[in-house]
Amino acid sequence: MSALTIRNLRKTYANGVEALKGIDLTVEKGDFFALLGPNGAGKSTTIGIVSSLVNKTSGDVSILGYDLDRERALAKQRIGVVPQEFNFGQFEKVFDIVVTQAGFYGIPARIARERAEKYLRQLGLWDKRKNQARTLSGGMKRRLMIARALVHEPDLLILDEPTAGVDIELRRSMWDFLIGLNEEGRTIILTTHYLEEAESLCRHIAIIDHGQIVENTDMKSLLEKLQVETFILDLARPVTEAPRLPGFQVRLRDAATLEVEVPKTENLNQLFVELAERDLRVMSMRNKANRLEELFVRLVEQNLPGQAAPTEEVAS
Amino acid sequence: MSAYQQWVAFCTIVVKEIRRFTRIWPQTLLPPAITMTLYFVIFGNLVGRRIGDMGGFDYMQYIVPGLIMMSVIQNSYGNVVSSFFSTKFQHSIEEMLVSPMPNYVILTGFVVGGMARGMAVGLIVSLLSLFFTDLTMQHAWITVSVVVMTSALFSLGGFLNATFARNFDDISIIPNFVLTPLTYLGGVFYSLDLLPDFWRAVTLINPIVYMVNAFRYGVLGVSDVNVYAALGAILVFVVVFYTLALWLLNRGTGIRG
Repeated sequence: MSALTIRNLRKTYANGVEALKGIDLTVEKGDFFALLGPNGAGKSTTIGIVSSLVNKTSGDVSILGYDLDRERALAKQRIGVVPQEFNFGQFEKVFDIVVTQAGFYGIPARIARERAEKYLRQLGLWDKRKNQARTLSGGMKRRLMIARALVHEPDLLILDEPTAGVDIELRRSMWDFLIGLNEEGRTIILTTHYLEEAESLCRHIAIIDHGQIVENTDMKSLLEKLQVETFILDLARPVTEAPRLPGFQVRLRDAATLEVEVPKTENLNQLFVELAERDLRVMSMRNKANRLEELFVRLVEQNLPGQAAPTEEVAS
Repeated sequence: MSAYQQWVAFCTIVVKEIRRFTRIWPQTLLPPAITMTLYFVIFGNLVGRRIGDMGGFDYMQYIVPGLIMMSVIQNSYGNVVSSFFSTKFQHSIEEMLVSPMPNYVILTGFVVGGMARGMAVGLIVSLLSLFFTDLTMQHAWITVSVVVMTSALFSLGGFLNATFARNFDDISIIPNFVLTPLTYLGGVFYSLDLLPDFWRAVTLINPIVYMVNAFRYGVLGVSDVNVYAALGAILVFVVVFYTLALWLLNRGTGIRG
């Protein structure tokens, strides 16, 4: 059984904007799934429909086998949502927010308090339990929303940009927490703008753009599609112009920094041989962008409405 | 959700609502106490002495039921309109919408929360009135029925207002420009017998007249209108408003994209 099945999902808003143009998506149980896309691509609309915050125009959604139209309450019971925007009462206390959310799921107060303590402790918020939510930092507010989404112990957890505005150290600790939840058997769907995050955490990925799924595969297969990788090389001494290296595209970023495009057909050893032959010593090397980011940009650019037309003109 | 789970969810909303208005008691419970005390002092004591009897009672006794009902109406309405609009404004309504709670539990929870504030303020004002006059209860079940149904009706009114409201101005227009005039012209301060026939007929269109008079009948035993017709009319309005509010909630009006 799939954790989430979406069939021909369409959404047209009242102002005529067609946010989803019939998407199909399947997320298997136990998966760690990334849903990526540029701003306005349809990610939040998709999540909004799955979490019953947005009315769909047409299509079917089922959560762990429960149809969202016919068995809405059972479907909702199995899903937890961490939205992009803070959506709790700012004047309420941290502990009350989590306990109240449990109450909305019909969980009796005693169990709700126990679970609230468990998740607030796990997310490092127990010391803040008596504070009003508005006094928390941005990172704490995000963790509060995660604790709140977990209090009814859902099988499917959807996180919309969970680490936006969170510092690196905290982001890493949240990753560890999410990996732990996934290892316990929970299915996790994540949207993020940090592609390193998706690459590190997720096993499967879908890319949505202009309301359509443009890629839906496992992370390994997707990364294999990356034909060219760009590296930044810091040289030991400056050069006046970019060296010509057979098989590689080289640009000069500044006097002592090269940007080299390495096609998949070439290997890095050959690159270093070519550089050594020209007496260019490399002091350090790094990817220009995260591999997924590079692929993401290419895929999204391919899908731009204006991009297809010029290509056809050139071809003709 | 099982019936027990729905009960837990309902109690959660009610407790949350009561916690909200008691936490901000200087904004919710104290102002009506002060305002009504001023009404008792100025209209009841100072001006009332010169007015003399009304409807067979001294003026203070006559206006107390109306002022209690006015507090119940304003606070039931005010609680739900501000609370439900705030949950929309802060997006915390999403906490409820993602949960498996049926919409009627959400609606009933907010309405009972509003009724709780309306009746709490009504009780405070009733206790304060005892400093100024004797308050007896002629027909207890009518008094209780009117308070319960009126607070439910205006809680539902607040809910409907908040459903359509897009900004804070929208939640103050109805209370300021509709509710307050209707309440003041609803027979709180005078008997309809004082009015010329034409204005008496016009006044009878005002639904608040029936609530104030039914409550006055429960407390003093006098009314300008048929009490049982009034009770029936309030009940019909409650049913109509509840059905409309639930229909809007099911459609997602004002809350779902």
